[in-house]
Amino acid sequence: MINSAALTDLIIKMADDELIQGHRNSEWTGLGPVMEEDIAFSSMAQDKIGHAWALYRILYEDLGGRHPDAFAFLRPEKEFKSSHLVEMPNGEYDFSLMRHFLFDQAEAIRYESLQDSSYEPLRLLSKKVKGELKYHTLHANAWIMQLSQAGEESYNRMQQALNYAFALAAGIFEPSQEYEEVLIADKVYPGEKVLYQRWLDRVYPVLVKASLNLPEISDIVPVYGGRQGIHTPYLQPLLKEMSEVFNLDTEASW
Amino acid sequence: MYGGGYIFDEPNRNQLREEQQHDEPEKLAAFEARIANGEKIEPGDWMPAEYRRQLIRLIEQHAHSEIIGALPEGTWITRAPGFKRKLALIAKVQDEIGHGQLLYNAAETLGKSREAMINDLLSGKSKYSNVFNYPAETWADVAVIGFLIDAAAIVNQVANAKGSYGPYCRALERICYEESFHLKQGHDAFIELATGTPAQKQMLQDALNRWWQPIMHFFGPPDKSSSHSEKLMQWKVKMASNDDMRNQFLESYVPKIWELGLTLPDPVLRKNTATGRWEYSDPDWDEFFRVINGGGPCNMERLQVRKWAEERGRWVRKALMKPMEKRVLPVA
Repeated sequence: MINSAALTDLIIKMADDELIQGHRNSEWTGLGPVMEEDIAFSSMAQDKIGHAWALYRILYEDLGGRHPDAFAFLRPEKEFKSSHLVEMPNGEYDFSLMRHFLFDQAEAIRYESLQDSSYEPLRLLSKKVKGELKYHTLHANAWIMQLSQAGEESYNRMQQALNYAFALAAGIFEPSQEYEEVLIADKVYPGEKVLYQRWLDRVYPVLVKASLNLPEISDIVPVYGGRQGIHTPYLQPLLKEMSEVFNLDTEASW
Repeated sequence: MYGGGYIFDEPNRNQLREEQQHDEPEKLAAFEARIANGEKIEPGDWMPAEYRRQLIRLIEQHAHSEIIGALPEGTWITRAPGFKRKLALIAKVQDEIGHGQLLYNAAETLGKSREAMINDLLSGKSKYSNVFNYPAETWADVAVIGFLIDAAAIVNQVANAKGSYGPYCRALERICYEESFHLKQGHDAFIELATGTPAQKQMLQDALNRWWQPIMHFFGPPDKSSSHSEKLMQWKVKMASNDDMRNQFLESYVPKIWELGLTLPDPVLRKNTATGRWEYSDPDWDEFFRVINGGGPCNMERLQVRKWAEERGRWVRKALMKPMEKRVLPVA
């Protein structure tokens, strides 16, 4: 029997990252730098929010959690476990794109690792989302390459975005203080430390090929806190906006 | 969505230009015979300059309406209540942008670039459907737009899909297919509110009252005062009269609104059983022209948002134009 509190903790942090990242992606809908990117970010927003929904449904159906709408739209900020990376405002397209690259590679690696999970619902979901994530990472890689090699302004922007986003992205792999060992022992997933290493191995070659200067791995101080309910000042306004209509009448059907 | 029934034009440009009227009469006759015969005109075919001009104007305005039309609904994506509505709304607005892309491509086949069209939109030279110069104040506005504005647009677009210009017709066929799903999601959200709590129902009624006049305006001024030439009809650029499209819309949707126990803010609205046509109060046409000319509640905001997005994305577009530069070493 897998420890359900540990599973719940893992699923909430995955789902919250997907929901908030999807929310940020959807903020590009209608406002992208070119129509094609507008469409791409909207499409990825749907996938991310769809993944979040699927994860919340696992909590609801299998682990005694609340209804997905109520859980996502009515939960207080301190009960969210999203990483600081996804909470950051979109800023310019350079940061949004770099975050998309770093986040989606991390997401892809996480789901790949879940293909062998001892927990069946996550194993099944990871197989389902594999095809989608392939396109997200292809999209991110292609744009990182293009924008890093298209003149000084574009290159400088991508470099600055990388400098800014890298430690935040490393924070995705904040280990659970309570459940890390039990999840590894139960073979739910290989643990954050392993995923972080795999992620570095995956993103470095792309960034090198794009001629971007990389931070020294030993110098990186990952931005932790999100998994413990400590958030950036940007999460609360986002949640307030997200639940604005739902909160008009939480019992009503919308 | 979102091609309004009304093709905006600058004053005094509705008539064929002098040189057009005498331009290559044999080719013109052959061209008109093809159209009369139900054939499609394709990009490489000969066409009168005036036909090209009118089509660019029509398709361009339709494309602008798609990308500007994404804005009022787009602001509700982050606030949509629940996963189902949120996902449906993102997908819908994404489709609208996709329609814009298809339409700009169709217009480009006539010789005007996307950049030139966007520039004309931003400078105010080229218009978009008037209906998007009104605000979406509450979630119920999203339901009204998704159901009724999309429905109105479908009436117009189904007609235009039978027009004479091949690339536009093919784009419209795909657009209409997707719009029929938009209509379903709009209808679903609309019914949810109409059959919901008293507060939800009131919210919907208020939104309906606000949007009724813009919806009546959507198909353009009455035929009796419309100055568009018969030529556009003959060339199958314009496929149905404003009044006919408005009547068709009322015929299909007013009963559906009334069935839900909602009212419409027009005391004389009714179907005349003798004529089979709908009767209604004339909406305020002065307001219509005031809004077209920039005086609507959101004209300024819509264009400013679009300008802001264009400005912010400029470096990306510039980078896309550059060939990849290979760096030997990472530069400090």
